[in-house]
Amino acid sequence: MKINKKVKDLSPSGIRAFFDLVIGMKDVISLGVGEPDFDTPWRISESAIFSVEKGYTTYTSNKGLQELREQISRYLKPRLKTSYDPNDEILITVGVSEAMDLAMRALSVSDCKALIHEPCYVSYYPTAYLAGLDPVYLATTAQTAFKVTPKQLAETKTSSGDIFLLNYPCNPTGASYNRDELVELARVIEKKDLFVISDEIYGDYMTYDGDHVPFPSLPGMRQRTLYLNGFSKAYAMTGWRIGYAAGPREVIAAMTKIHQYTILCAPIMGQMAALEALRCDKEAKSMRAEYNRRRKYIVTELNKLGLDCLMPQGAFYAFASIQSTGMDSVEFAHKLLEEEKVAVVPGTAFGPSGAGYIRMSYATGISDIKEALSRIGKFLKKHCA
Amino acid sequence: MTIPVVVKLDGGECFMDEILEILEKDARLTSEEIAVMTGKSTAEVEKRIKKYESEGVILKYKAVVNKEAVETDVKIVRALIEVKVIPQRNVGFDAIAKRIYSFSAVKSCYLLSGGYDLLVIVEGEDMHSVSSFVSEKLATLENVQGTVTHFLLKKYKEDGDILHKIDGDKRLSISF
Ligand SMILES: Cc1ncc(COP(=O)(O)O)c(C=O)c1O
Repeated sequence: MKINKKVKDLSPSGIRAFFDLVIGMKDVISLGVGEPDFDTPWRISESAIFSVEKGYTTYTSNKGLQELREQISRYLKPRLKTSYDPNDEILITVGVSEAMDLAMRALSVSDCKALIHEPCYVSYYPTAYLAGLDPVYLATTAQTAFKVTPKQLAETKTSSGDIFLLNYPCNPTGASYNRDELVELARVIEKKDLFVISDEIYGDYMTYDGDHVPFPSLPGMRQRTLYLNGFSKAYAMTGWRIGYAAGPREVIAAMTKIHQYTILCAPIMGQMAALEALRCDKEAKSMRAEYNRRRKYIVTELNKLGLDCLMPQGAFYAFASIQSTGMDSVEFAHKLLEEEKVAVVPGTAFGPSGAGYIRMSYATGISDIKEALSRIGKFLKKHCA
Repeated sequence: MTIPVVVKLDGGECFMDEILEILEKDARLTSEEIAVMTGKSTAEVEKRIKKYESEGVILKYKAVVNKEAVETDVKIVRALIEVKVIPQRNVGFDAIAKRIYSFSAVKSCYLLSGGYDLLVIVEGEDMHSVSSFVSEKLATLENVQGTVTHFLLKKYKEDGDILHKIDGDKRLSISF
């Protein structure tokens, strides 16, 4: 047996050992979790159970249930200020994860670069690499609030047809963009003739200050953008594995081709649950309100402790600098875990610019956040007095 | 930020002060913490809480105790009692309701629409004490026409709180 060289060469995450340590340890307060701490709202779960009882346990159309695509199209229209045909411009996938993989594979032509801003969600780089794209990191720093600037993008060497991968609000930094900033970026994208994959999984219900501006809603961007969204975060449905892509017909058709042979269809139980989720605006808003309170609390307290942290605009992560401690992020995370039993994710997991940072998830109950902060305070006293 | 409490049929929303929503969930949070969470000053939060207290919007702060989980020899029996009453001139149901809810054995008392008028929740040490309360105190009141007693066998959920231990966190302790 021989293993594909590309896979062999894919470096396993350097901090795997740290994660195994966390998972094996008892009584840890974990701020390392990248999924909601709420249960899926019961009306969603109950409606999926009911559909299973009625015998909806089959394959669906490759593209996903017609009704779900129609409902998603209706949901997107006022938000994206443009309409997507449920018949051939929307594809239901196994989470945004699958949609991302399909998109990269479908768009992978020789010598095509994938521009990825980092620190970013861990799967982008490997997914691009495995798809045969040439992944290129665009470093973002606290100086620009972890945003890609139009100047930076303009100065990056690109060719016509390259892919620009955007994620806002961003995991792990919480960075997001207002309309003016996006319009500026769009100008550069147009000029450079780039295609955008926009991962907006934290967009609708996890943007806290001001409105989320979806990328396809910008002038001229609909034809240049593949919009990705899903149910995992907004409705606390990570385990249901439902996401979707909306974009130009040709891209969706190409993605559907791969999807129909490799996945067949997203699970029908999840699709049934997703249909109900689209009626759960109130539930999603109430979870958002809770995240928002924790966001302000954790960020205010971290800054008080001397760990500089920008106020994240969205998602549910605080990305704090630990540079004042003199430790590197892996060392900090290790020691904090061993001495105080608090788990955080070292910033380097999200790319080289994460060095000197840690990610703390506030998808964690407020009493655990308080306890974790008090332990971090104790830890800092001991090490940085 | 204020959270819509009720979404009306016409799509409009009614709002409640977020401070009340926060306190309803966790009354042990300090004014400082609530101030940080809501982006208000501590003084503003304190002022509003004081106002709510003085206006009777906030009545008191207490723990939600799951008595079924308390290990004790003292048994508690609860009953829900439907009470049919004759409303009185000028005061309607209020006078008779007061007469009833003032007993310390009465834990809750509601005026309802439908087949009967008052729903009274009574607590006692055993079935006997509850039944004698009903037969001696409630049923004998002048305006009470009749009662139906339902003994409560098990509480599952009360005021939004599920009354049994919920399974712990099922998530992996690290994920991206
Ligand atoms: C930015 C981002 N994109 C995509 C995903 C994966 O989402 P899904 O559950 O829809 O596959 C995550 C999950 O953590 C994420 O943070």
